[in-house]
Amino acid sequence: MIVLSFFFPFAYTADIISTVEFNYSGELLATGDKGGRVVIFQREQESKNRPLSRGEYNVYSTFQSHEPEFDYLKSLEIEEKINKIRWLPQQNAAHFLLSTNDKTIKLWKISERDKRAEGYNLKDEDGRLRDPFRITSLRVPVLMPMDLMVEASPRRIFANAHTYHINSISVNSDYETYLSADDLRINLWHLEITDRSFNIVDIKPANMEELTEVITAAECHPHQCNVFVYSSSKGTIRLCDMRAAALCDRHSKFFEEPEDPSSRSFFSEIISSISDVKFSHSVKVWDLNMENRPVETYQVHEYLRSKLCSLYENDCIFDKFECCWNGSDSAIMTGSYNNFFRMFDRNTRRDITLEASRENSKPRAMLKPRKVCTGGKRKKDEISVDSLDFNKKILHTAWHPKENVIAVAATNNLYIFQDKLN
Amino acid sequence: MQKRPPPSALSLLQLAASHCLPYARLTAICAGEAEGAAASVLNQAYETLMTLATKKTRDGKRVEKLKMLFGLAVNEAKLTSQRTRLKNQNGFHLCRLSREVYTFVSPSRMSGSLLNMFSKGTKRKFSDGGEEISEEGLLGARVASSYSLQRQSLLDMSLIKLQLCHMLVEPNLCRSVLIANTVRQIQEEMTHDGSWHMVTEAFCSAGQSPSERLVATEVLCRSREQDAEPKVFSVISYEGCREEEVVADETLCSVSVRDTVSNVYLAGRMGQCWEKNELSGIERDEEVLEDSRLGSGEDEEIDTEDEVSTEGPKTIGQVFGTFEIKNGSPGPDSALEELFSDVDTSYYDLDTMLTGMQSAPKMGPYDLLDSLGPSHGSPSIMSTPNCRSDLNELDHIMEIIVGS
Repeated sequence: MIVLSFFFPFAYTADIISTVEFNYSGELLATGDKGGRVVIFQREQESKNRPLSRGEYNVYSTFQSHEPEFDYLKSLEIEEKINKIRWLPQQNAAHFLLSTNDKTIKLWKISERDKRAEGYNLKDEDGRLRDPFRITSLRVPVLMPMDLMVEASPRRIFANAHTYHINSISVNSDYETYLSADDLRINLWHLEITDRSFNIVDIKPANMEELTEVITAAECHPHQCNVFVYSSSKGTIRLCDMRAAALCDRHSKFFEEPEDPSSRSFFSEIISSISDVKFSHSVKVWDLNMENRPVETYQVHEYLRSKLCSLYENDCIFDKFECCWNGSDSAIMTGSYNNFFRMFDRNTRRDITLEASRENSKPRAMLKPRKVCTGGKRKKDEISVDSLDFNKKILHTAWHPKENVIAVAATNNLYIFQDKLN
Repeated sequence: MQKRPPPSALSLLQLAASHCLPYARLTAICAGEAEGAAASVLNQAYETLMTLATKKTRDGKRVEKLKMLFGLAVNEAKLTSQRTRLKNQNGFHLCRLSREVYTFVSPSRMSGSLLNMFSKGTKRKFSDGGEEISEEGLLGARVASSYSLQRQSLLDMSLIKLQLCHMLVEPNLCRSVLIANTVRQIQEEMTHDGSWHMVTEAFCSAGQSPSERLVATEVLCRSREQDAEPKVFSVISYEGCREEEVVADETLCSVSVRDTVSNVYLAGRMGQCWEKNELSGIERDEEVLEDSRLGSGEDEEIDTEDEVSTEGPKTIGQVFGTFEIKNGSPGPDSALEELFSDVDTSYYDLDTMLTGMQSAPKMGPYDLLDSLGPSHGSPSIMSTPNCRSDLNELDHIMEIIVGS
């Protein structure tokens, strides 16, 4: 069972965080916010001098990824909010990530510079050009150390391929291609080619009035570069094989949980709408070979079932919570309201609810498990479902790929929790 | 960053100025203070609301409830719904639609969540509820109709949400689709148990005198041959509302209402119904000009509550609120036209709603008339003589609108 301690609050309160993602090694953590900024945190190397500061995350780089744009044709503004960030596996000293807003995907290169050349022949230290007639001798510039500078530069801009809002991007296992999904279409890109993309899924009906289903998330298979999955607002997941056809409108596998007729309500469809799909390696775990029902189901918001009408009214019912696996696929985490987040241990079938809040936790103290009670007598320390704050929601969470370190975005605060060191 | 402005406080003010001053003040406050509202401003709004409320009734209990509603003083008392408590905590803004209907608009979610709060001793029972039924002594009947009530308010809520979609920078397609599906679902269910038919009958029933005007320009209640589901929508517009207060909340896309001693149906239906209808795929036949300047002959007294229960009008009024009437409003038409002069009708095109794209309106000016023809309409509409003469009027007005 995961026990989390080491509450380490960041003072990063610039703007509402809209995505959180660890890179492949877990050394870097990227966050995107509503203002189009990307902030990357880097884990400190463990050092003997400060044994307690095991791998704290500090700001490594900040850059403006997307700017607000205006679509003159539609007379609408395009938000600069970063919807997703995905890292590319590291192949050299630089780091690469893809970041996307509603319409445009950008490939950023983040590189370090800690040396600079000194002793140029043609210009002096201030940068002014030297008079060639005064140069009497040649010298070889030497590299001198300088303060570490982290630069981010946009390497590719993939634009104009999506009519609707991009909700997911996913890097393929071949590390050459990636897919981007909007509400009705999924496109496949090559990382080197920005002026073209292949449309591999299109669920737009000929007549828009017949639209009843949209794509909510998509992801590439972690190992098979021809397989990907996408989820829909009707609670279905489709697995597609790109080798089967150029346009993957017909799925290879189709996953849908049959509806329990006794619990059907007007909200059934909305609450069955899948908000996030992650291969493990919803918080329903689907076995790829068993299509008719999920292997495991974790009730995340069960206590809200009686409040569906309220949630519909205040639009909270449409909140899309992301889920993530831990490195060993033994646990699943997702966020909830009132700055709660929940973790489910697949082996022990136990779960824990924790709160991400400065007021209620002290730094370096263990987090106290929370419990929500739905009615009747409220025990001490329990929180009544009526007093949940629906404005404080944790939509984005990320789990370190190897260790028990999690990043939780609560509106405009980023919390990083680590497992207790024994 | 300039977002597309919400329906302007100015236009609301224009309208309200001619009709209801306190409402104007309140709405302006709420509309103008979308973000970072100062507490004092909100308090002022609260006080205004409270003044209004207390003016209308001297019921001390009502004041108590309202206080709690606004989160000003929390006394232990029967709150009307847990839901309301929830909303207040989250700092929603209040807008008052009418004497007894309050609307909360969330500033943080520009999608405009609207909630209706009924303060007149009515406790609504919702699926999240389990609240006690009202004190009115209609306990038994209420229980039976509470599901229908819920369903009805859910429908209203959904239609309002759809309506608000176009106000966004670019509407969230997923959300729009989910809401539209919910509406369709409700409509199907209501169709199956016959309630929908009653709604449309209510719409179709002729016969108020011209001076009382709540209008549905067009209500189509149809059973298509292809599928037996009647699809309905209504467009409520207001024409010649000389003697009525026009309470128009542009977010609800204008409504003109008359007082209801008994029944009023409001608002949200307009536009959204049309859009919802389109979603049902009927658009070819049922054209509606969303532009509410369509006059119509129909003086519909729309009693939505009738369809769900056989209770007296009093309860209907309670549920859906009553709308004030003031006399002597000067030329509501001009106010309305000003209000709508900057409304882009392409908003109400389905595509616009769903995707934020503006496209040409799908219907021509005379399609409306065509669809009112006998081949389409249900007998109940066509049989009323009022319709015929009113069609000419309609024709005339449409010409004006189209500018031909």
